[in-house]
Amino acid sequence: MGYKTDYARVHGLGAAGEGVTHWWRQRLSSIALIPLTLLFLFPFASALGEGHEAVLALYGDMRHALVAVLMIVVTFWHLAQGLQVVIEDYVHSKVARTALLLVNTFANFALGAAGVLAVATILFGA
Amino acid sequence: MADVNRGKRPLSPHLQVYRPQITSVMSILHRLTGIGLTLGAVLVIWWLIAAAISPEAFATADGFLTSWFGLLILVGSLWALWYHALNGIRHLVWDAGYGYELDVMEKSGWAVAGGSVVLTVLTLIVV
Repeated sequence: MGYKTDYARVHGLGAAGEGVTHWWRQRLSSIALIPLTLLFLFPFASALGEGHEAVLALYGDMRHALVAVLMIVVTFWHLAQGLQVVIEDYVHSKVARTALLLVNTFANFALGAAGVLAVATILFGA
Repeated sequence: MADVNRGKRPLSPHLQVYRPQITSVMSILHRLTGIGLTLGAVLVIWWLIAAAISPEAFATADGFLTSWFGLLILVGSLWALWYHALNGIRHLVWDAGYGYELDVMEKSGWAVAGGSVVLTVLTLIVV
């Protein structure tokens, strides 16, 4: 039996302590990914299999490089949020959960940064 | 008090005794495609880094992605991407407060499932 009032309970913004922040960011990134996916997918898929020069030419173009960087940043942001929920849902041991959440965040930052660096290298090398 | 009903709340359905429905299967697939797309994303990043490093590194990454196994993963990722995108839009419509009637929910589920296959085939034709 808890003695907290309903107000006191909601005042801490729930069990996760962050209210709707995570929920909102998932929506924000998913909305952004709709146009980004359409802009990124077709030029990328067309260049795939066309050889090295085709890839360098594609991302040597500022417009495609911009789309690719935005796509990479928002994708790994969205992926980090989504995988976080999966880990929170299924990994119950506190140690394993915390470790996986750290790995999830670090890995997604690393992959996103690597992708941005790769596109930047191609753009400035072209 | 807020705690009166604690312990007497309804439990979520147990998977083993739960008859699969279009709505539940769509929901499970949304999560699975999201997890699976991690692999596609990692492969694309590997391919981009390789392209930025050298023609030799690119040949290795590109060789894997355009092998039958790589193409299998890429085509699977393409379907997963369309599925996750279309079903994500379905979720956003729910978030806006629409489409909760049971018949609408089942129709939108089938539309997303069919649409993801159609868009996958169309994408493969276009590119």
